[in-house]
Amino acid sequence: MSTTSKKRKEIKILEKSDGKLADEILELSGENVYGCYQCGTCSSGCPFIEEMDLTPDEVIRFAVLDKKEVLESKTIWLCASCYTCAERCPRDLNITKIMEALRQILLRKNIDETQITELTDEEKKKIPQLAFVCLFRKNIG
Amino acid sequence: MAITEALGHKLIEMEKWNCCGVVASLTSDDLMHHLASIRNLIHVQDEGEDKVVVLCDMCTNTLKQTNLRVTESQDDLETLNEFMDKENEYKGNVTVIHFLEFLRDEVGFDVIKKKVKRPLKGLRIMPYYGCMLLRPAEVAIDDPEEPRILADLIKALGGEVVDTPYKIECCGSYHTIDQKDVTSKRAGKISTFGVDRGADCIMLSCPLCKYNLDTRGKEAESLIDGYHQIPVFYYTQLIALALGLDMEPLDLEGHAVDPIKILKERGIV
Repeated sequence: MSTTSKKRKEIKILEKSDGKLADEILELSGENVYGCYQCGTCSSGCPFIEEMDLTPDEVIRFAVLDKKEVLESKTIWLCASCYTCAERCPRDLNITKIMEALRQILLRKNIDETQITELTDEEKKKIPQLAFVCLFRKNIG
Repeated sequence: MAITEALGHKLIEMEKWNCCGVVASLTSDDLMHHLASIRNLIHVQDEGEDKVVVLCDMCTNTLKQTNLRVTESQDDLETLNEFMDKENEYKGNVTVIHFLEFLRDEVGFDVIKKKVKRPLKGLRIMPYYGCMLLRPAEVAIDDPEEPRILADLIKALGGEVVDTPYKIECCGSYHTIDQKDVTSKRAGKISTFGVDRGADCIMLSCPLCKYNLDTRGKEAESLIDGYHQIPVFYYTQLIALALGLDMEPLDLEGHAVDPIKILKERGIV
């Protein structure tokens, strides 16, 4: 676990989000989480589902029930924004944007999440630059 | 560029350009992440053109999404233009297309087929699209669930298409940096579908997908028992080979998984 994840776990859950999650998500993303009827299509198409602690549909359920623990899940950081869920959602919810909204709730409180010290020098040369730009853009506020 | 000239068209390289800033803004109040993209579109405008052909999938997606956002929302366009006071104003008239769209719509695959000198006969190729070319649907260059553009290109080049259900799955993208093993397993899973159906190699269009399937896919050999990564090609490398163009700029030796062996076995080189 990176040092920033440990730091995040120490912060009290309630301090991270002031209002109701559903309202904050609506403001940031324009998506209404109450529209979800838990069909599971998003989770079945998600490429990183096996590594996640909460599935995407569980994340939305947590948001609906205003369970702030969702902000501590690995899921929102594992999301690669591939838009598969958003494309397939039968309720036309843009789940990619919902995940981003949850990340932004944390990032806008200066709680960022990235660690790249484990790369070899050769990897740093060969990995396409866009991966680094993408990583920093997603995980740093 | 060599490919375009061989096909009888001319593309002018942009004089001024910058990084597109990768992923487009996903929140309603965030316009910052569109700045870099808008700047590129302004440069296209400044150089007197109204269309830009983009090589990278991620860039195409970001530029198209930015373009869509500012043409749909006059407020957003005005805010961005005002913020960038040192640049000219973007008028919203630039069209962004991916090189594959250019080849399909402006050149035509039948034209490419006629100019093929070394057909990729006998080479069984698995087309892999990844996510950025196909999603979200508003900026997709083909059907998001059943795309055909790479398959049609392969047929035009004389190759055999190996269709797989994982052709539209995400490769793992930037997680290649912080979650290497997850990306390797992902590459293994995607390629296995091709291998099981007899594919010799994979054809794709995104530089990050190529790194993930090639380099990380090779690393998956140590994580998954009995797994062997098949070579990965850019669509432009295969087009250049089929058109009989100079092989040196293709950098086939720079791959993690050797692609030359299979090309020799099939008699293409």
